[in-house]
Amino acid sequence: MTVQTTDVLVIGSGFGGAIPAYYLAAGGARVTVLERGPRAAAADFTHSMRLGTYNKIVDVIQGDGVSVVAGNCVGGGSVVYFAASLRAPSFVFERHGSLGRRLWPAALTRAALDPWYDRVEEALPVTRTDWPDVSYAGGVLAAACRRAGHTCNPVPVAVDTSACTNCNWMLSGCRFDAKRSLLLNYLPAAEAHGADIRPLHEVQTVTPSPLSGHRYAVGYTVLDPDDYSCTSEAGVIHARVVVLAAGAVGTPVILQRSALLLGGIPAAVGRYFSGNGDRVSVADIVEDKARSLLGLSRPDGSAYQGLPVGRPITAATYDHLDPTAPEYSRFTLQQIYFPPLTNLLAQAAGSPAWFGVEKRNMRARWRSWLTLLAMTEDDNEGTFGVVPLTGGFTRLAPGLGQGTMTYRPTSRTRRAWDRADTALRDILEKDGLSRVRPWSEDVADTVTAHPLGSARIGDDPATSALTDGHELRGHSGLFVTDGAAVPTSLTVNPSLTIAALAERAVATIVTRAADTGVALRRDVPLPGR
Amino acid sequence: MTGPDRRAILKALVATLAGLSADGLDSPVADAADASESWTTQTLEAFADTLIPGARRFPGDVVVAGAVTGPGAVQAGAVGLLASPELPVAPLLPAIAALLDARAVAYAALRLIWLPPTRPPFVGLSFSDRTALVGGLFDPDDLDRPIWQVMSLLVGLAFDTAGQQDTVEALGQGHPGLAWLRFPEPDPDGLWRFPDFSYGRPLADLHPNTTASGSPA
Ligand SMILES: Cc1cc2nc3c(=O)[nH]c(=O)nc-3n(C[C@H](O)[C@H](O)[C@H](O)COP(=O)(O)OP(=O)(O)OC[C@H]3O[C@@H](n4cnc5c(N)ncnc54)[C@H](O)[C@@H]3O)c2cc1C
Repeated sequence: MTVQTTDVLVIGSGFGGAIPAYYLAAGGARVTVLERGPRAAAADFTHSMRLGTYNKIVDVIQGDGVSVVAGNCVGGGSVVYFAASLRAPSFVFERHGSLGRRLWPAALTRAALDPWYDRVEEALPVTRTDWPDVSYAGGVLAAACRRAGHTCNPVPVAVDTSACTNCNWMLSGCRFDAKRSLLLNYLPAAEAHGADIRPLHEVQTVTPSPLSGHRYAVGYTVLDPDDYSCTSEAGVIHARVVVLAAGAVGTPVILQRSALLLGGIPAAVGRYFSGNGDRVSVADIVEDKARSLLGLSRPDGSAYQGLPVGRPITAATYDHLDPTAPEYSRFTLQQIYFPPLTNLLAQAAGSPAWFGVEKRNMRARWRSWLTLLAMTEDDNEGTFGVVPLTGGFTRLAPGLGQGTMTYRPTSRTRRAWDRADTALRDILEKDGLSRVRPWSEDVADTVTAHPLGSARIGDDPATSALTDGHELRGHSGLFVTDGAAVPTSLTVNPSLTIAALAERAVATIVTRAADTGVALRRDVPLPGR
Repeated sequence: MTGPDRRAILKALVATLAGLSADGLDSPVADAADASESWTTQTLEAFADTLIPGARRFPGDVVVAGAVTGPGAVQAGAVGLLASPELPVAPLLPAIAALLDARAVAYAALRLIWLPPTRPPFVGLSFSDRTALVGGLFDPDDLDRPIWQVMSLLVGLAFDTAGQQDTVEALGQGHPGLAWLRFPEPDPDGLWRFPDFSYGRPLADLHPNTTASGSPA
């Protein structure tokens, strides 16, 4: 085995990895990025639900009580995500959760993060959308909100809307390069400055390095592109600084596996896991009512029938984000689309609800479904258990894994979900417009595409694994910059906040790199400028 | 089947699917499998038909219960998907079917239901009994729940996504599940585009505290 070295080793190439990789490479460091998933680009992304296509770049990881959907490719979640790009409301940073005191680091408020949000919005870039960008599905939510006395907003997206065909295949990666994934900004800019991105490299451990001048040795295996559960070779790279960004499901597992060799890790690693309070529901819209109550009609004569049409996320109401309301009662209600692979989870009126005759008959009305995502305040009640043999979870099949996380929703989380369910019914069941039920928890428990918090920043060492500079407590030069670092659920989609926090963390990482003798430029412009 | 046997099957399911163990199944299960392959298929078809029911395929079909007219999971090729090479679950199917049949025997015994000896026990149950039994498999305390969760997801993928086929091809061949959903047609080049996608007009007031970039304050 050859001895390889680098200045900065980045683990994972999603938001948390790509952003530090760019700034450190552009600043003059030797940067190596190890990414578990394959590398794909627009021409590789298919409009197909055949197994062996999308499930090569996105995983469903079933834990005990929670299932997580996450990207598995160069660019991470940004390649398969729906690009809704929202700032977390101010009150989120003031949350106390069940601790009874502020959870976020004192230095972090919405105002403190705003300059970093600004940068990310410019770099991706994010488009502020308007009504002509809102899909039929988003339009139904908006019109129903208005009729129920609520406001509703078009949702800003990291999409070049002039190139977007509204095909609704975002989960498969963007065939038209309209989605501004990290493959189009931070990552190519990092490579232009010499960063070495290695796909199909799965990190297993981070341990102290015996090489002088190098703090950490990162052990990885190389995965077979046709069968990710097969390993063809293994290696070690010695680094001065390590940025761990394997996502909120991957990061804690790597640290847990490395704990003994690192001489112990903070107790908060692998605790305080949050699914962002996500709660998905399906409204079975009555077409006649969409016409008579909401006054909607399409050029083809139908009133709605638009579930599969347009971008997955186009509209949301911010009316339940009242900063003066008590915790666990605030949430965003957002229109969303999932390809029919989640149809199993929708519930019909009768019993049984998610399978059987009535459910099958409800499928005949699939085009009239309206899928909704509530992002609520949960209790960070998830924990990670026994470490799997390799990687972040045990792979059962392509795109399917068995994870080690346990999530038992507390009564506070359940109450938050109940409130969101009630609000949805008030808007969407008014005068018989639809029948709305949350996804069944029988098949996949609670489902989230927004894992957070499993190695979080904070001021209190007992309840946060990281300092407010994202450094793992007690481990100088080892940083966590992905969704794991986010201390609480956000009541909005998290990517913009993960990215803004990663932008903000760069300064501390640069300082630490300088400590180890890597001289770096600090005035690095935004990628592509 | 006793508790430890069930755990062994779940372990074997996980291990085999993870590619950790080529011979994860012990021979007794495998022997039983050889002798009853068509029973395996029948049991799995009846399971799929309970989740997403369809019409009888021919007069006297007892595997598909015929609870509805029109297509269900069996017509959509659910069992073919389960056996597909993309999902290395195939070697475990006899054991999984045997597990379901064991549940059917226990279910019937408790309720004094007579099961015809010529059919797999699960197939011998009425549609409403199949439905009640399947509902119970998802009890949070049920040891086998993870098996049925994965199996249901796969049945759903067969009907709702034609997961065994390219989507354009499946639509071209009139895949029963996609047709039932009225999944939209692609452009002639096999890609989807929706030039008409929006009502195109303001449909609600904006929240008063919206920032310049469109976020909540
Ligand atoms: C279908 C879907 C839709 C979404 N839509 C939205 C949306 O509209 N708006 C929004 O804000 N958010 C959305 N999200 C969530 C968003 O994608 C994530 O919050 C975000 O990508 C998280 O960034 P991250 O850096 O924490 O992790 P990720 O983006 O998940 O990146 C982690 C990377 O690490 C890699 N990795 C994991 N383990 C290892 C290892 N051991 N070694 C090497 N590499 C490893 C992974 O393959 C992955 O590429 C969506 C997510 C999904 C799945």
